[in-house]
Amino acid sequence: MSKKKQETAGERRLTIAEALREAIAEEMRRDESVFLIGEDIGVEGGFGGAFGVYLGLPEAFGHGRIIDTPISEKVIAGAATGAALMGMRPIADMQYSDFLFECMDELVNQAAKMRYMSGGKLSVPMVMRAPVGTTNRGAQHGQCPESYFVHVPGLKVVCVSDAYHAKGLLKSAVRDPNPVLIFEHKLLYGSKGRAMAGGIELTCHVPEEEYLFPIGKAVVKRPGEQVTVVATHISLYRCLAAAELLAGEGISCEVIDPLTLNPLDTETLWASVRKTGRLVIVHEDTLTGGWGAEVAARAADECLFSLEAPIKRVATADVPLPFAPIMEQEVVPTTEKIAAVIRGLFR
Amino acid sequence: MAKRDFDGLTTPHLRALYRKLVLLRRFEDRVYQLFLQGELAGTLHQYQGQEAVAVGVCDCLNSDDWITSTHRPHGHALAKGVSSRAAMAELYGKETGCCRGKGGSMHFGDPEVGMLPAIAIVGGGNTVVTGLGLAFKLRKTQQVAVCFFGDGATNEGAFHEGLNFAAVQQLPIVFVCENNLYGASTPYHQVSPVKDVAERAAAYRVPAQIVDGMDVLAVRRATAKAVEAARQGKGPTLLEFKTYRFTGHSRSDARGYRTKAEEAAWLSRDPIPGLGQALVKAGRLKEKDLAALEEEVNTELEDAVEFSRQSPDPTPAQAYEDVLI
Repeated sequence: MSKKKQETAGERRLTIAEALREAIAEEMRRDESVFLIGEDIGVEGGFGGAFGVYLGLPEAFGHGRIIDTPISEKVIAGAATGAALMGMRPIADMQYSDFLFECMDELVNQAAKMRYMSGGKLSVPMVMRAPVGTTNRGAQHGQCPESYFVHVPGLKVVCVSDAYHAKGLLKSAVRDPNPVLIFEHKLLYGSKGRAMAGGIELTCHVPEEEYLFPIGKAVVKRPGEQVTVVATHISLYRCLAAAELLAGEGISCEVIDPLTLNPLDTETLWASVRKTGRLVIVHEDTLTGGWGAEVAARAADECLFSLEAPIKRVATADVPLPFAPIMEQEVVPTTEKIAAVIRGLFR
Repeated sequence: MAKRDFDGLTTPHLRALYRKLVLLRRFEDRVYQLFLQGELAGTLHQYQGQEAVAVGVCDCLNSDDWITSTHRPHGHALAKGVSSRAAMAELYGKETGCCRGKGGSMHFGDPEVGMLPAIAIVGGGNTVVTGLGLAFKLRKTQQVAVCFFGDGATNEGAFHEGLNFAAVQQLPIVFVCENNLYGASTPYHQVSPVKDVAERAAAYRVPAQIVDGMDVLAVRRATAKAVEAARQGKGPTLLEFKTYRFTGHSRSDARGYRTKAEEAAWLSRDPIPGLGQALVKAGRLKEKDLAALEEEVNTELEDAVEFSRQSPDPTPAQAYEDVLI
């Protein structure tokens, strides 16, 4: 009873890292075939994965189901694929999503295609978690490579931006019979209260009762009337800040977190675009060939006659990420840039 | 050829081995013919000459043991138990094919006989197989996974990552290298400072053995030992079978990079007459038994061709199925 009361009061607030950890623990308890595999995830005296998501799990589940690999990304993805083909439910960890390029064959040629090549006789129920996000780490530790995978038939792609959806989506991903890639933003894990995250509130209400959040479902984070703004990860929060700013100028933004990039919840997106007549897509992934281009192309197909302005994209510039903070800020989508682009639609 | 007693194998067992060798050979011969006649689409990577490896290895496996294969998978599939009908129909792109027409020559496979769709990326199976082994280990089953790969794969990073991880985790895997001396047209000695693939296993403390891949009984002996070790939780083994493909790398290969003398030397060690003649000499089978087996195989293959021709095509719309569940 008191627990219930606490929840309705919204007192149980978790960070994304805590929510992911809870999701993993619940799924491991529920299903013996769930196991973890990755680098530095269970080592005694280690750090519980690069962002601390696994802290405490080895104590609870032992090392048999938490498998520390060598620095062998091809093996992480290959072993997860192979084990999933045998009916296990691996949750694989890629320390930085930039390292996914090390195992493109395993993900793109094997995991994504095994079901198809077998004529539907096999399935690959694996999860691959990977942190993205620009964080003053230069060109090889800050990319947002989700668009590469959106391009691949046979993979599902999820981007989480808050604790509630992170937990619900990870649990759904574990139970999904398909390979699911989950991209999480490094500045949003919330474990260290990074100032770089720009003062974003990094906890949110997560009920104690078990719940799932469906893959393929977008959420409207802020209802509005005049422009639809679609964004993931930290860009989502910058869009929300921009929306707040623009509200003071009389511009009403509807901000949507797609959460799943493939399959895309076009129902929610197009309903919004048809209502507002304007669409802006924002991501920290680079511009050319980014998932925003796909959303824009589909919106042009589906909603052209509802549009009152050109579809706009705000994305990281087409350059490798520079280290110097002053240059990095120049190329990534900031609240100011997003606001300026939206404002431009109303001139 | 083998020891006098054929490793204690019964005559029916030996006959079955011989028949399988013949089946793999004649299947490829027939397929080549059909390809030239324009009945089959795509390309072919054929297995003639290497039959003793697939047959000897798979003879040591149970139906719930799994194999991964390569872009040259026809022999592996037939040896592991894919029927000649299902294999042939796959080449015809028919609904009745082992992958329902979605795999084709390079992706033969069938979960029901313990074979993943063949992985046509060189070295691709070497990491995926660790997941098979890991699943068996975590579930504490007695299953074993076998990874077939060529000498070419040993220069891929995947080979090293897979072997190292299998060794560290002591996974129930047998890594089967079919060293046919050439990666497509490139001689192995030109791209490896190490003469034998088996030598590379030492870096991972994986037991390894070099075996005559033209002798089905030698293949069988080595594999049986490796499979037994894997079942007992003693971890992976690497077996290097020295073998030779009697055809080109793929359909379009005129084999200008090999000498006639080299080809003749290997042809003289053809695994099929090798076993057949030894069995006749030992009085286990008669010449007419061998001829009867040939005939039986030919009948089986003609049936497979007829079955394939008459099988329904998949509908074009089936192309959209099986991407996701």
